[in-house]
Amino acid sequence: METTPDKQDLEKLEVVAGNGLLDRRAFLRGGAAFAAAVTGYTVARSAAAAPLADDPWSLVPGAISPSYEKRSRFEEKIARTLSNPKGETRTSHARTPHHLINGTFTPNGLHFTIVHSGTPDIDPDKHRLVIHGLVKRPLAFTLEALARYPMVSRMSFVECGGNSAPMFSREPIQASVQALHGLASCAEWTGIPLSTLLEETGIDPKAKWLVAEGADSLALSRSVPLTKALDDAMIALYQNGERLMPGNGYPMRLLLPGWEGNMNVKFLRRLKLVEAPAMSYYETRTYSQILPGGKAYRFYFVQEVKSFITHPSQGLALKGPGYYEISGIAYSGNGRISKVMVSADGGQSWAQAALQEPVLSKAFTRFRAPWRWDGGPAVLQSRAWDEGGNVQPTRAQFVAQRGETHKVPNVLAFPNQHYNSLTSWAIDGKGEVKHVYA
Amino acid sequence: MFTRKFPGIVLALGLGSSAAFSAGPNLGTPIEPAEIAAWDISIQPDGTGLPIGGGTPAQGARIYAQKCVMCHGVNGKGGPFAALVGGTPLTSGIDTPKTIANFWGYSTTVFDFIRRAMPWQQPRSLTDNEVYALTAFILEQNKLIGEDDSMNAETLPKVRMPNRDGFIIRFPDKI
Repeated sequence: METTPDKQDLEKLEVVAGNGLLDRRAFLRGGAAFAAAVTGYTVARSAAAAPLADDPWSLVPGAISPSYEKRSRFEEKIARTLSNPKGETRTSHARTPHHLINGTFTPNGLHFTIVHSGTPDIDPDKHRLVIHGLVKRPLAFTLEALARYPMVSRMSFVECGGNSAPMFSREPIQASVQALHGLASCAEWTGIPLSTLLEETGIDPKAKWLVAEGADSLALSRSVPLTKALDDAMIALYQNGERLMPGNGYPMRLLLPGWEGNMNVKFLRRLKLVEAPAMSYYETRTYSQILPGGKAYRFYFVQEVKSFITHPSQGLALKGPGYYEISGIAYSGNGRISKVMVSADGGQSWAQAALQEPVLSKAFTRFRAPWRWDGGPAVLQSRAWDEGGNVQPTRAQFVAQRGETHKVPNVLAFPNQHYNSLTSWAIDGKGEVKHVYA
Repeated sequence: MFTRKFPGIVLALGLGSSAAFSAGPNLGTPIEPAEIAAWDISIQPDGTGLPIGGGTPAQGARIYAQKCVMCHGVNGKGGPFAALVGGTPLTSGIDTPKTIANFWGYSTTVFDFIRRAMPWQQPRSLTDNEVYALTAFILEQNKLIGEDDSMNAETLPKVRMPNRDGFIIRFPDKI
């Protein structure tokens, strides 16, 4: 009959790392008592609740079902943040609010987008995909024709090469996980394997790359190795079950699972098979990274193993000592996440987090770790491994190789790219969360 | 029975004529190079794809003053948007602004990006001669060519950019 948590039972839960991190199986061991005791980041249970009564909405018939469902009006503040809300003649970024959503899939309206010259208003009936160059026979495909091809679905994250760029700052920039890491999202994409279409055009043995080009005003173009095109590349038509959102490339985009977002060319209209890369603006300028010493990386391509804690994070204050679930997102462009470790003492000790099934290759994996916060200072970190044995580097390791900025940049600036080191959240005695380097 | 028929179909296609490219739906429409020409604007670093025509820095300066200066500033020194001329050494830091002179590896990229993307409000409105002339002007302002050097399909790929060898392929096994 006991439904309130038994404090003594909770104290027995196994602490596996410093500052109150509990065994990831604590939910199973602690059972209902543990679940009831988890404080959460919202309002704690009130001891002085009023007697229950019907609320007004329970006493009248509800609203008519709309033909396309929208979220509750109480959720409208959950939104992307925009870097260029007035549409000035420059790139526009819309960042995913990771701390205000949960699970592993990003809703279509909250999926991050970057458009370098606005979103074109493409009539799907007039759009064409042309495959030409070093092929045996060049072909043009209408959307209607492509929609009749055998399709595949896969979960895949897409991440901008410049996601987490503020982390290159020599001092930690105080900003939310949305501002720091909001240029990554995950969706189920459905479309035609590119290899299917390349079988139909035939491939000249001299072809080693393809140049992918969009129908946007910049005709944005990127060179892609043919090996990737024949491996797991897709002409994606659907995003989480509905046709692509305009900002994600409607009516079709190139999907290169695990590879730099900009290469997943949106509004895709042309694929030209060639012998050598085109050295386009975006591959040899924008998405090449300067290294300490002055050389630069070219063709980074892979979004390497990475994780960050979304709950708690800056903007999600703790509501007093007690039990919390630390959770976050891990992913790797090299395959499945194999392990995530969580620390509550700035990396001195670590506890293994539980991974939400299914753990999918090149997709977001939600990790969770139970934690008993004693109300004192704590520094939360996560660190991920992938099935290829790649591990997320510590900040010291990362900075030694990739460097830091001399000055603290604007949070919207892109001082450098391909940051995949750790993120640290410091909790103070009031439960407020601050971004720190630890 | 479907399972018995299927190998027969494959065999028929395997022995078939040039139409037998694959067992897929084959719903693409053959298209000729002449039909693709207006979209086929890819340029390779060796100059493959460069159109006929040409232009000089002086010609480019006049076009620049009309169509580019409002964003990129007088003589390409930078205005509301990126500077096209100058640049500090890449050893200045990992956040050094990347410019044509300090970063770009290939002169063909200059032609390619102007042709596909500029001017911002009217992309692909320039003639090929105008693109060559603007490319020549920008390269000349960066002192990468002489003021009398004309840029065309022969000369442009031969312009060696200062940072040509400044790059490291991150994951050679992915290429």
